[in-house]
Amino acid sequence: MTNEHAVSYWKSNIRIVLCLLCVWFVISFGCGILFVDALDNIRFGGFKLGFWIAQQGSIFGFVILIFIYIYLMDKLDQKYDQAMAADSKRPKGGVAQ
Amino acid sequence: MSVQLWTYLLVFGSFGLYIGIAIWTRAGSTKEFYIAGGGVSPIANGMATAADWMSAASFISMAGLISFLGRDGTFYLMGWTGGYVLLALLLAPYLRKFGKFTVPDFIGDRYYSKTARLIAVFCAISISLVYVIGQMNGAGIVFSRFLQVDITTGVIIGMGIVFFYAVLGGMKGITYTQVAQYCVLIFAFMVPAIFISIMMTGHFIPQIGFGAELTEAYGGGYLLDRLDGLSQELGFAVYTEGQRSTQDVFFITAALMFGTAGLPHVIIRFFTVPNVRDARKSAGYALIFIAVLYTTAPAVAAFARTNLINTVNNAEYSMMPDWFSQWETTRLIVFTDKNDDGRIQYVADPATNELEVNRDIMVLANPEIAGLPNWVVALVAAGGLAAALSTAAGLLLVISTSVAHDFLKRTFMPKITEKQELLYARIAIFLAVVVAGYVGINPPAYVAQVVAFAFGLAAASFFPAIAMGIFDKRMNKYGAISGMIVGFSFTALYIIYFRFINPAADNASNWWFGISPEGVGTLGTLANLAVAYAVSHFTPEPPQEVQDIVEYIRLPGAAPDAVAH
Repeated sequence: MTNEHAVSYWKSNIRIVLCLLCVWFVISFGCGILFVDALDNIRFGGFKLGFWIAQQGSIFGFVILIFIYIYLMDKLDQKYDQAMAADSKRPKGGVAQ
Repeated sequence: MSVQLWTYLLVFGSFGLYIGIAIWTRAGSTKEFYIAGGGVSPIANGMATAADWMSAASFISMAGLISFLGRDGTFYLMGWTGGYVLLALLLAPYLRKFGKFTVPDFIGDRYYSKTARLIAVFCAISISLVYVIGQMNGAGIVFSRFLQVDITTGVIIGMGIVFFYAVLGGMKGITYTQVAQYCVLIFAFMVPAIFISIMMTGHFIPQIGFGAELTEAYGGGYLLDRLDGLSQELGFAVYTEGQRSTQDVFFITAALMFGTAGLPHVIIRFFTVPNVRDARKSAGYALIFIAVLYTTAPAVAAFARTNLINTVNNAEYSMMPDWFSQWETTRLIVFTDKNDDGRIQYVADPATNELEVNRDIMVLANPEIAGLPNWVVALVAAGGLAAALSTAAGLLLVISTSVAHDFLKRTFMPKITEKQELLYARIAIFLAVVVAGYVGINPPAYVAQVVAFAFGLAAASFFPAIAMGIFDKRMNKYGAISGMIVGFSFTALYIIYFRFINPAADNASNWWFGISPEGVGTLGTLANLAVAYAVSHFTPEPPQEVQDIVEYIRLPGAAPDAVAH
């Protein structure tokens, strides 16, 4: 990477993606498949919890995850743009693009 | 009006709408709209992606399969939605920043190699072809039922329409046609679901009716408890419990997810939005539009299963309603009165069971089984066709651009004129339709299963190659090429062996690690990753300009202009 902002941008990006993918894994493969029988002991309304997560709940979770990602990345992009703009004003700043 | 008349009306009406929109948006300045104006809005692109994505498998086949699989059907639901998280987080924004026209373009440029491009072309064509087979079969089922012909004739009619539709030129190129197709298909899926949910549970949101109590007329008690009870009575597995091994469900789900993220016809949709930010948003909107159908499908599956059992079991054959005999003429419902009592025994035991129901007809038959008005029945046919056609057109576009653009123009015949390119593209579409139709007449499995194979192949070839191209700067052409070859051929051979060469051995005791052919794509993905990683570390690193490209696509900022798809 050509400058420190780019490096830290990429690091934060990776951190966001990894965190969200962990949640993604827990919801789908964890609750929906691996621990589904245990969760089935909990009932709400006509649903067993594990069955509901496997067939409906996980899908709602996926939608929410993507929108959290959009929100976090927008904020990160803004921070990066501001840092780059601040640098290009300073005479001895990082490499402006 | 009869179902037949309504079907003609709605099918032709919706076709007229698609063609009308195509002509109308063409008349405006297309170029200005897409390029100078900066591409399509993320919401419209989300809808178009959803229409591209939700095929005959999602619309016609999936809920039916789930109604016979019970909880195991989960892998379709989670697999085909969870992949969007991977697509949004790992691929879409970076591919948009890269800004090329096709997936083989990305592979060819990122891995600085003609060979890599050719392998990508080969994979894209095979994946799309397998996927088109599923669509042909789906369209064939719709036509066979509503024109009262056998399934072969149905598929041939479907072939003709898909060919006409794709060759009409650019139909697919207009995002708003697909927006209309999304609206038609989602309306057609939701209306009967809502009707049936109100009838059976009194709730007008099917997602809630799914977990609610049945009305008095249906005997009360929670729907799912009732369904569990009915299934057990007849010797079937308990609906809300799993039958397949956990590792098989795990691997099938993963294969469908990785495949979703690696499907060329979905990936190219993210090249149409103006910038990286909109690529992320557009993946989010696409998933919302898809989730509407995908959270309704399990409810439809449960309603349909309950209704089917209630209607047919132990009922007198001569008293069966019209829909029953009409599906019988297509041979998709078969009744053999084994004990000659004139009644239908529908039980799990194959020795005494007298009724064979093709899983693919459940969604189409569902409104008729529930006794809904004729226009609703016809609406479902129009929706199923919208789903099959929009996806088939998207896939045929991938096949034709792979042949004409990636294979001929970029590799072997750089001097080819635009006219010749178009001619080759149409020949490619024609051949693809014929092959897909031929296999569609004798499908190796149900629509959603055939489609699942396409996902396995995409998972094992494209997903790792693209993801590593973005996240591993050190990945070079040797690694990517060997990874794709190993992943794709391993997955293809496993599927071909168990489905075609030795179908007798196609059961859990012979599968590797208990993984069925539908789930083997996950093993292929892992093999691809491992081989690529190992090979790339023993071979020279990619040239500096390629490493610069990787750094460029990782950063936010202006992306190249949008392209129309």
